[in-house]
Amino acid sequence: MSEVVFFMAGIGAIAGALGVVTLSNPFYAVLSLIGHLISLAALFLLLQAEFLAAAQVVVYAGAVMVLYIFVVSYIGGQDEPLYSTASSLRGLAILFAGLLAVELMIATLGSGLQAIDSRGAPYDADFGTPGEIGEMLLTRFLLAFELASFLLLVAAVGAVILARRRRGLPELESGAPAVRAPGMEFATPHGPRVGTMAETAGILPQGEDEVPGPAGPPWRRRSESDEPPAAGEKGW
Amino acid sequence: MDIGWYLAVSALIFAIGAAGVLTKRNPLVLLLCIELMLNAGNLALLAFARMHGDMDGQIFALIVMVVAACEVTIGLGLIVALYRRRLPIDVDELRELQG
Repeated sequence: MSEVVFFMAGIGAIAGALGVVTLSNPFYAVLSLIGHLISLAALFLLLQAEFLAAAQVVVYAGAVMVLYIFVVSYIGGQDEPLYSTASSLRGLAILFAGLLAVELMIATLGSGLQAIDSRGAPYDADFGTPGEIGEMLLTRFLLAFELASFLLLVAAVGAVILARRRRGLPELESGAPAVRAPGMEFATPHGPRVGTMAETAGILPQGEDEVPGPAGPPWRRRSESDEPPAAGEKGW
Repeated sequence: MDIGWYLAVSALIFAIGAAGVLTKRNPLVLLLCIELMLNAGNLALLAFARMHGDMDGQIFALIVMVVAACEVTIGLGLIVALYRRRLPIDVDELRELQG
């Protein structure tokens, strides 16, 4: 039974990982990572890490991935550009990753540890339960626990400071691109004020109700001036 | 299942994540691939913890999850800051650091 669950979860985890790497849309990559994390939680359960499996599903696949999805939908899921350049480097990278997999297999499976070919230590009903984990965190690993909470606090403050609106950059607020270089026009996918709270609340200044994009996209709204020619005028 | 199988899965996932870090250009996907590598490390830690019957490895994996959450928060904050400054969301274009 555990073999069946192991192979299902293992294949799911590897397929999810491959999806993250191969899918070009970041949104689908995040969804694939969620599948990967849930499969990995099943593997954790097989390894008797019950608390970690629960934390994996609730914290990782739940909270952290929601953060990812928010950011993907905020900056717009830009598709990965096609690999027109440096394709030889890409092949080299995949070759390097394959070599890394082989090396890791040799390093772990070939380590000569007797217990690798066994099911591990004898079964202990208390192994990995939340109670045991909590007791260890509050006794032997108290310092690590406190440092982890402090690290989370610093990360939260740092993220707020990084992502805040800066006041010293007035020209950015008015929508002018900060970088004017050829080939970087894709840095401004939206017009000015798109996505701001002013647009959401419908209090854009006068004359800016229609927010123009940076350049006319091919799917732009058709106005009366460019009606298709009437049938009979042209050959088609 | 033998512990070796878990280690093999962990090595494969780590290699896939490394391949993603080396080939992808979108920093968001790069962060996802780093998550893959951290999770592969977690799986190996738990496998070894099970092998030795010692729960220290599980505490280690828990701390790794905390560090991964912090890394995600800071990384996404950086990406949002890049987007606010209208810089290209592409690690090949972002070669230099300047305030």
